[in-house]
Amino acid sequence: MPARSPSHPIPHRLRLPLRACSLLLVLVTVGFWAAKGAHRGWSQHRVPVRKIDEVTGIVFTAYEDRFVPGVEVLAAGSALAAAIFGATFLLRASPTRPNPTS
Amino acid sequence: MKIPVFIACLSFGLAAIAGAAPRAYDFNDPKGVNGIQFSLDSVLEPIVGTASGVTGTVHFDPASPAATTGRIVVAARSLVVPNATQAGHIQGKDWLDTATHADITFELVKLTAVSTKENETTATATGKFTLKGVTKEITVPVRLTHLADAMGKRVPGTQGDLLVVRGEFSIKRADYGIQPGQMEDTVNPLIKLTLAIVGSAPKA
Repeated sequence: MPARSPSHPIPHRLRLPLRACSLLLVLVTVGFWAAKGAHRGWSQHRVPVRKIDEVTGIVFTAYEDRFVPGVEVLAAGSALAAAIFGATFLLRASPTRPNPTS
Repeated sequence: MKIPVFIACLSFGLAAIAGAAPRAYDFNDPKGVNGIQFSLDSVLEPIVGTASGVTGTVHFDPASPAATTGRIVVAARSLVVPNATQAGHIQGKDWLDTATHADITFELVKLTAVSTKENETTATATGKFTLKGVTKEITVPVRLTHLADAMGKRVPGTQGDLLVVRGEFSIKRADYGIQPGQMEDTVNPLIKLTLAIVGSAPKA
């Protein structure tokens, strides 16, 4: 087992998987946001739907209980991914083992 | 002979007066169509919501629309916006404080600049608007549409008339103690209100 520095508890060999995770997180976040309507406002916990009363001609708003992610979901996912990606630069390379043959 | 003719004329006249008397239109709509929509510009997107808890009565006579009186009440707690966090803020103490001030009301004082064409009347409504416990007199351009015998088309098995009231106006939130002078660079100080509501007067 390579020795771990107390200030850097994550081993260097996790650098690549963590970067892959951060990329995956960005893709999942953007994909989820786009699949749910790519809403460019704040998240909606109920969605307004315009309806018309045929007799009176009144256009009214009814609400459907469903979640539509907004830009803050996009921002939070991207920020988390950026944080994970940035953290990988703090990982120090594993100390090289002494060559037993030398 | 003259007395029976006089009595007949009097009866007819009284019946005509009774028939022309304003009728009470109940705005507690059984189909849940009634709502007051509000909108105020904000960062990223406008905050748009609806208050659907509309009740009240308007006394309206199609032969004399200028004599219309009435009071519309909106339950402040019925106000919803798509975002749950914003909904909590709007209902909260800093904004509408719906726990303390349950009702938003408009009491019609008079109609002026009344113009009627067929079943549609346009006018300027002057009334007392109460929001968050503050009452101010405001004027609102309104359009009243009288739909005679249309009640049964919406609610089968009933008979009566419908009265549709439409209007649009703006208020300054600071006038009603809603975050006066606060966050005016991020949330517009003006609130735009749009109403489209229907009342029904069943036939006896």
